[in-house]
Formats: sequence, structure tokens, C-alpha cells
Amino acid sequence: MLLRCQMQYRLSFLMTIIGQFLVSFTAFAGVYFMLARFHRVDGYSFSEILICFSVVLAAFAFAECFFRGFDSFQRLINSGSLDRLLVRPRGVVFQVLTSSMEFSRIGRLAQAVIMLVYALLTCEIDWNPARVLTLILMLVSGVTVFASLFVMHAGVSFFTIEGLEFTNILTDGSREFARYPLSIYGRGILRIYTYVVPIALFQYWPFLYLTGRSEDMRLMLAPLAAMLFVIPCAAVFRLGLRKYQSAGS
Amino acid sequence: MKKYLSFLRIRFIAGLQYRAAAWAGMATQFFWGGMTILMYRAFYKSDPASFPMSMSALSSYIWLQQAFLALFMGWYYDGEILDSVTTGSVGYELCRPCDLYAMWFIKNCAVRLSRAALRCLPILVFAALLPKPYCISLPASLPAAPLFLLSMAMGLAVVTAFSMLVYISAFYTLTTSGVRILAAAVTEFFSGAIIPIPFFPEPLQRVFCALPFASMQSTPFLIWTGHISGTEALGALAMQLIWLTALLAAGGLFMRSALRRVVVQGG
Repeated sequence: MLLRCQMQYRLSFLMTIIGQFLVSFTAFAGVYFMLARFHRVDGYSFSEILICFSVVLAAFAFAECFFRGFDSFQRLINSGSLDRLLVRPRGVVFQVLTSSMEFSRIGRLAQAVIMLVYALLTCEIDWNPARVLTLILMLVSGVTVFASLFVMHAGVSFFTIEGLEFTNILTDGSREFARYPLSIYGRGILRIYTYVVPIALFQYWPFLYLTGRSEDMRLMLAPLAAMLFVIPCAAVFRLGLRKYQSAGS
Repeated sequence: MKKYLSFLRIRFIAGLQYRAAAWAGMATQFFWGGMTILMYRAFYKSDPASFPMSMSALSSYIWLQQAFLALFMGWYYDGEILDSVTTGSVGYELCRPCDLYAMWFIKNCAVRLSRAALRCLPILVFAALLPKPYCISLPASLPAAPLFLLSMAMGLAVVTAFSMLVYISAFYTLTTSGVRILAAAVTEFFSGAIIPIPFFPEPLQRVFCALPFASMQSTPFLIWTGHISGTEALGALAMQLIWLTALLAAGGLFMRSALRRVVVQGG
């Protein structure tokens, strides 16, 4: 239904898809021109960076397509529409999920897929079943982590009422800066992105195994550990939901 | 003139009210600026010879960009103005004894100025306290300071004049969301918001400088860092003036032809 609804404004829908594509395309062009000038950063080549970039972008776009409802969650709280959801005989999470799906994000997803295919073709990876599995795990785990972040963002807005711009550091910030392998920002940042916000667990660490920089099989399983991130995020949301008192209107 | 000044004042004061949002925004911008500089540091370490400016000049550029983000953001559009066309309340505005173009222009500038006023000082102070070469440094030379201020003012006017074209297009399209995303993407890329213009290949840079987008944030920031100075700086300022005049003229014409076909429904 939502798809059909958005398709009604065909020109606008199309323009939005093109726009979305262009927005992430300019990000890609940024990386391209930087690498055209410097050739390598911290020892990573263009196509290796593209793997990181496209995995993160694909995961983000996919999570965003379906979890966008959580991004504007504070509007549900502010307007009191959440109360309406609560009295219906279906789970809240399911209803928020289905309240808004942004199909125009397909522009972003399409680009991520094209980039990933290009990167995989040009990057000399010695493929074996373990590496294929690693790549799949990276993608699945990435979607989970970004979806968890969206849910946490919603959970936090139970307490702050207003949506806070700085949770964007976690979602948009991670998408922006995880274009490059997270190790280039220095050890401190890499640690934060490993232990606090587990972006590096599905990006940098398995990437080392994927490109053959490390033979440590444990790195292949790092994305699984990242998926545990869903637990604290869901907990924040549950806690918020339990404490929730309607705005009243 | 007085009435436009009061529009400016009202909008400015209204914008100053959102202080919590300003703090949250600043936290985001510290993080963003810091991470961006760390990213460029990695490139600098990999190949310092290919770096088109000094690390310290680049840091200044990034911190200026963060501090004055609100002045030059390409994706910001005033929801009130956009809605006024869709809901028809623009009819009231047309009854007022002032020029619609000038009024929208002033309102836009005021919002950008008030947001920047709230945010720029803490960011600049914080950025000045960082260790070298990651801190913001003073303008490259004494004459660069007044040129920077002049260029900032013109940059703001160019950004606003450009966004006016998108507002006016609402008279034709009613929903501008698609146009807005497109305009924002193009502006961000060509104005040096994604990577500064000196990082592009030489021939492309020349194309970029001829476009109106370079007259937005790139010119003032590059004047501050000393990347462009002397006659080159004067040339860049002239370019800003040319584009500002062109965009204002285009906006005026566009507005007139749009208003000619506006039918305000009663009720």
C-alpha cells in the first residue's frame, strides 16, 4: 500500500530517487577524486575502499528502507499517534515498521549494489567459501547494526521527546565516515567503533580477512558479535516504552 | 528598507530560541569536524606531496566549514515558505506592501544568520584550543581578514539567491522535495562542501571556479587560509559579485513570470 501511495506522485518519486542516487553518488565522487590524487590511503587501494564503502552504504540503505519509521519516531510521540498504535491488537514494533517505508531509498541501495559489484570485480580477492560467507555476514550484520541504531534513536526520543540531532552522529555519521576502513582514523577511534558502536566489527575486522590481510578465522565471525548490539538497543526501546506516559492530547 | 530590517530582526530572534537544538548541533559538528580532519590526516600521512595545501590550512578550512555550516548549508529550505505556496497562504503575503522576493530573501538570510550566530563562536573557540596543526589558525595575512568578511557576506547572498530559485519553482511544481534534493546534491558537490575544491584535479578546478557554487563557501574559506590571495582573491570576489547579480536578476524575472500565473483561490 505504501509503495502504491508513493508511486502516485510519479514525477516527485522519480526525482527523489534520482536525487538520492545523486547524493550518494557525490559521496562516491568525493572518494574517487581523493584516491585519484593520493592513489592509496594507509595502504588501501581504491577498490578495497569501495568494498568498505559499498557494504556500509548497502547495509544503511537497506535498514533505512524498512526502519525509517523509527527515524521520525519522535513525531509519533509528539503528535500522540503512538497512543493509537498502542491500543491496536498488534505489536508496536510491527506497526512502526509498517507506518513508513521509504522506497525512494532504492536509489541509494542501487548505487551501493553497483559499487559493490564493481569493487568485487576489480579487487583481487582470492575467493573461497569462507570469504563468500564473510561478505554475506558483513552485509547481514551491517543491516542489523544500522536497524538497531534506528531503534535506539527511537528509544532515546521517549526520554527527550524532541528528536536529538546528535544521535545522527551514530547513524549518518557512521555511514559517512565508514566509507574508509575505520582504522585510518587512528587507534582510539577504531576502538570506539569496535567496542561502543560496533561498526568496525562488520566493516574493518572482517574486511581484513576478506582481503587476505589476516588469516585469523575469528575475524570472519566478528560480524556475528556485532549483531549482539541489537540487545542493548532493544532494551533502551523497551525501557522507554514501559516508562511512556502519553503526551495527553 | 525599514520593514525588511524588521523581518530580519524577527526571524533572527526567533531563530535564537532553539538553544537545545543548537547545543546538540554543535556536538554533532565537533564530531564531524574532528573525524573529517582525522580522515585528511590519513591522506596526508600517505602522501604529503600530493596535498594541495598545508595540513594546518586544511584544518582551518574544515573548522570554518563546521562553524559556519548554517550560513552555507545547501539542503536547508524554509518549510514555512514552501508551505505558503502549497496551502495558498502566500496570498496574504502578496497583499503586503512589500516585494515578495525581497521578503523571502531577507527571511532566509535571517534564519541562516541566527543559526550561525548561535553556533559559530563555541566551535571556533574549541577549534582554536586544539593542538597544531589540527587547530584553526588566524587568517593568512592582514588584508585577508577584511576580504574574508566581504566574501562571506557575498557567499551568503549567493547561497540565498540560489535557493530562491528553488522556492519560486514551487509555484510551478507545488511539491519541491525532488528539486530540493537534486539542488542540494549539486550544491554540496560543486561548492566544495564534500571535498574542498583544491583537492579536485587541476582542469576540473577551473570548471568549478566558473560555476556559481564556488562563490558560496569555497571563496571565503580559501581566502582565510591564504590559498587564494592578492589579485586572485580580488578576481574571486568579482566572480562572486557577477554570480550574485546574475542570480538575483534571474530570480527576479522568474518570480515575476511565476506570479503572473498565480491564481489565489478564495475562501
